[in-house]
Amino acid sequence: MTTLRFREPSIIPGFRLTFGFTIFYLMIIVLIPIAGLFLKTFELDWQTFTEIVTGPRFLAALRLSFGASLLAAAFNAVIGVLVAWVLVRYGFPGKRALDAMVDLPFALPTAVAGIALASIYSPNGWIGSLVAPNGWRIAYTPLGIWIALVFIGLPFVVRSVQPVLQDFSKEIEEASATLGASREQTIRRVILPALLPAILTGFSLAFARAVGEYGSVIFIAGNLPRQTEILPLLIVFRLEEFNYAAAAAIAAVMLLASFAILLAINLIQVWSQRRFGNG
Amino acid sequence: MADAVFHATRNDRALAFRSPVTEPRNFRLVAIGLTLVLLAVFLLLPLAAVFVEAFRFGIAKYLEVFSNPDALAAIKLTLLIALIAVPCNLVFGIAAAWAIAKYRFPGRAFLISLIDLPFSVSPVVAGLVYILLLGSNSAVGGWLLEDFGIRVIFAVPGVVLATIFVTFPFIARELIPLMQDQGNGDEEAAISLGASGWQAFWYVTLPNVKWALLYGVLLCNARAMGEFGAVAVLSGKLRGETVTMPLQVELFYNEYMSVAAFSLASVLAGLALVTLVAKSWLEWRFADQLATGSRTH
Amino acid sequence: MELGIRNVQKEFGGFTALKDVSLDIRSGELIALLGPSGSGKTTLLRLIAGLDFPTGGNVFFGDEDASLKSVGERNVGFVFQHYALFRHMTVEDNVAFGLNIRPAATRPPKHEIKRRALELLDLVQLSGLAGRYPSQLSGGQRQRVALARALAIEPRVLLLDEPFGALDAQVRRELRRWLREIHDATGHTTVFVTHDQEEALELADRVVVMSQGKIEQVGTADQVYDNPVSPFVYGFIGDSSVLPVRVEHGEVWFEDRSIGLKAHNVPSGSAKLYFRPHDIELLDGCGGCIAGTAGVSRRVAGTKRVELAIGGAGHRVEIELPVDHPAASRSRIAFRPRRWKLFQDDIEAPNEVALPQPVAA
Repeated sequence: MTTLRFREPSIIPGFRLTFGFTIFYLMIIVLIPIAGLFLKTFELDWQTFTEIVTGPRFLAALRLSFGASLLAAAFNAVIGVLVAWVLVRYGFPGKRALDAMVDLPFALPTAVAGIALASIYSPNGWIGSLVAPNGWRIAYTPLGIWIALVFIGLPFVVRSVQPVLQDFSKEIEEASATLGASREQTIRRVILPALLPAILTGFSLAFARAVGEYGSVIFIAGNLPRQTEILPLLIVFRLEEFNYAAAAAIAAVMLLASFAILLAINLIQVWSQRRFGNG
Repeated sequence: MADAVFHATRNDRALAFRSPVTEPRNFRLVAIGLTLVLLAVFLLLPLAAVFVEAFRFGIAKYLEVFSNPDALAAIKLTLLIALIAVPCNLVFGIAAAWAIAKYRFPGRAFLISLIDLPFSVSPVVAGLVYILLLGSNSAVGGWLLEDFGIRVIFAVPGVVLATIFVTFPFIARELIPLMQDQGNGDEEAAISLGASGWQAFWYVTLPNVKWALLYGVLLCNARAMGEFGAVAVLSGKLRGETVTMPLQVELFYNEYMSVAAFSLASVLAGLALVTLVAKSWLEWRFADQLATGSRTH
Repeated sequence: MELGIRNVQKEFGGFTALKDVSLDIRSGELIALLGPSGSGKTTLLRLIAGLDFPTGGNVFFGDEDASLKSVGERNVGFVFQHYALFRHMTVEDNVAFGLNIRPAATRPPKHEIKRRALELLDLVQLSGLAGRYPSQLSGGQRQRVALARALAIEPRVLLLDEPFGALDAQVRRELRRWLREIHDATGHTTVFVTHDQEEALELADRVVVMSQGKIEQVGTADQVYDNPVSPFVYGFIGDSSVLPVRVEHGEVWFEDRSIGLKAHNVPSGSAKLYFRPHDIELLDGCGGCIAGTAGVSRRVAGTKRVELAIGGAGHRVEIELPVDHPAASRSRIAFRPRRWKLFQDDIEAPNEVALPQPVAA
């Protein structure tokens, strides 16, 4: 009988202990709770489930959450490339501090960001009061939600593009120039396509984060059903009504979306690895 | 005189030469300007707003929040939670990094994706899964409550669990790529010299990854103290009992106690700034001893 | 296309990378810029390409001063050491890039671009790989793609920066021969940079030997090998042995004896004697020779290299002997260089002071 080895042999001890603990921890913290969520969803019969996920309030929240997230992530993709470019390629005083500031949305608690954004963009806030005379409102509208989602998604594209741009060989840009390309053609046809996998990864991460975001949005959103109510908030409302099954159904939909995005990110990485190789 | 002429032509040349690998000066200036404006509006303005609102009515009013019993209880609870969640995730992070970086086995890539999962799951959903699993009307939750008298949901244990969930990737994902890069050579050398596994870890691995470990702990701690969505769902918001600092900020804000809300928020913002400074310092000072690649979380 | 480099100067910050370099390259010539790292050879190549600008002096393409023309306007084919292929494009798209980006007015039609790309891939012997991505090719294949890509724009000159530097020895030799064939077939004026003297001597019509930002010597392989004009060139190209000597009244002395070499019209004083280890004649007795005690010997292909300790100071020089030469360790060997050169000491500019011809004792 041959022994099947689960792992390749190594003289370093501790595999059983660390692997076992890792799996145990992930089971307790992640896998069992998430399995429980799907089990709860299965308690619903098909008709109730479809009623929940085709209800107008759910659909409106779904559209808003995914729509605003998509627009925010797209905006972040554009300015993320710009910011990464400026931080990598140009020198100016205060650059190091600015580079560090890019991570603020990761470090600042979302509730703090939420109340700060709400106060800036409310009709009597710094920016809200500038546009209020024209009859425009930012806070308590989908635009406000978009701004909050731009804030929390800002670092993702910057941080995924930055290292790629840093490592991008100058020779390749010079090669393009010697072949007669203008600087604009070099950027558009040589550099940006090479950054594309990193941009897509950053976009997906920003999008995933935006869809699930709660703390920084609820203060600025207004939270009116069917108008400015996002999916995570809808879950919270259902929970407060002790309607656990409905909450679980919405959460299941969101989780599936998360998995799909995660899968997309992995596929992007596999694809770019295959095509462009490592070196 | 001749020298001056020579310099003039040299400068003319430098100006006339169009470098193939950079953009025209005007483009550069516009790009830098645009970046500064964007980052000022989207990042600095909110940060500034926190402190301006907090000090709107002077320092005395600002300090009032620190004698508010609810706020003090929230600060204490937040520290307690970080004190439990961070060490738990530290142990997990080291174990997971050891298992994944030191050995090859099928499913490693999947395990790494699984560790990243909390980053793409909504915190609200994270809170919800524990309510469904451990709520008093669920099987496990009922058993814990009736047989042991342990209340998890709408109590401190639930808040801790939620915090562990949202923060457990931070340390692991700092260590895994770094330990993979460093390879097994050092440990194998130590073991061939007669070290035990623990000794190899303690005297060889740990010194190699200490700065990355600190980096991960820093980020983990910042998130643990600042988590809002998952905690909001699980805490039940019992004042003085299950309310953390971010939740207390929300409560003050919704009760129109704006100064109190922003004053407490300014403490969290200060923590965020300290984290950023420490993180940048580590990146600057120990760049070669941290994981390379994208820092997207 | 003829190239003229006139008094070119290049400074980076306070560092002078090129000092007053002048060089004329004839149309259709294959030129090697040879030198150790830091000699300025790559800097010179980049100035010709327009990837950088000279601090002083001019670069002429034919009669036209190209010094301040942008790299795109110069229409040069440049091949980089690390290929610099566009990783997100197929091989064919890489080759066609220079044509595809032309403005509509001067851009050939699509089918014509495709035809030219495939034709060039044929020329570099990569037909059939048009649809591959660079990551799917070997190093040698990538460098061929890079060359095809540079040729696609019908450059006025072809510039190659250490084109084979990243390849292993086997592939290098193969590609070297093949580059010569391509050069002869297309007739481009070609300049390539290398630190490998074997590559330069074998491949180039003329070799430009550079050191510390200056051109030491320009000449054919035979000229730079047989008639080096400076101690640097003598030492850098081929193997050489050096002995400190003294010139007295037209005779060369080592320590207290004449070594039988005549140096007419050389002023008296101390000098260095350079010769090739293989270019010597062995002598039986020693009335006017160099004699020393054999030390370590090593086998180099079909010959034996022996280190001799010469004179009272035990000065070490290497000479080449037939494998079957009986010279054992510690035995005494006498020889005299057949071809040699003297470079006088204490003169800043290296000064040719002796005739290159063998001088009878």
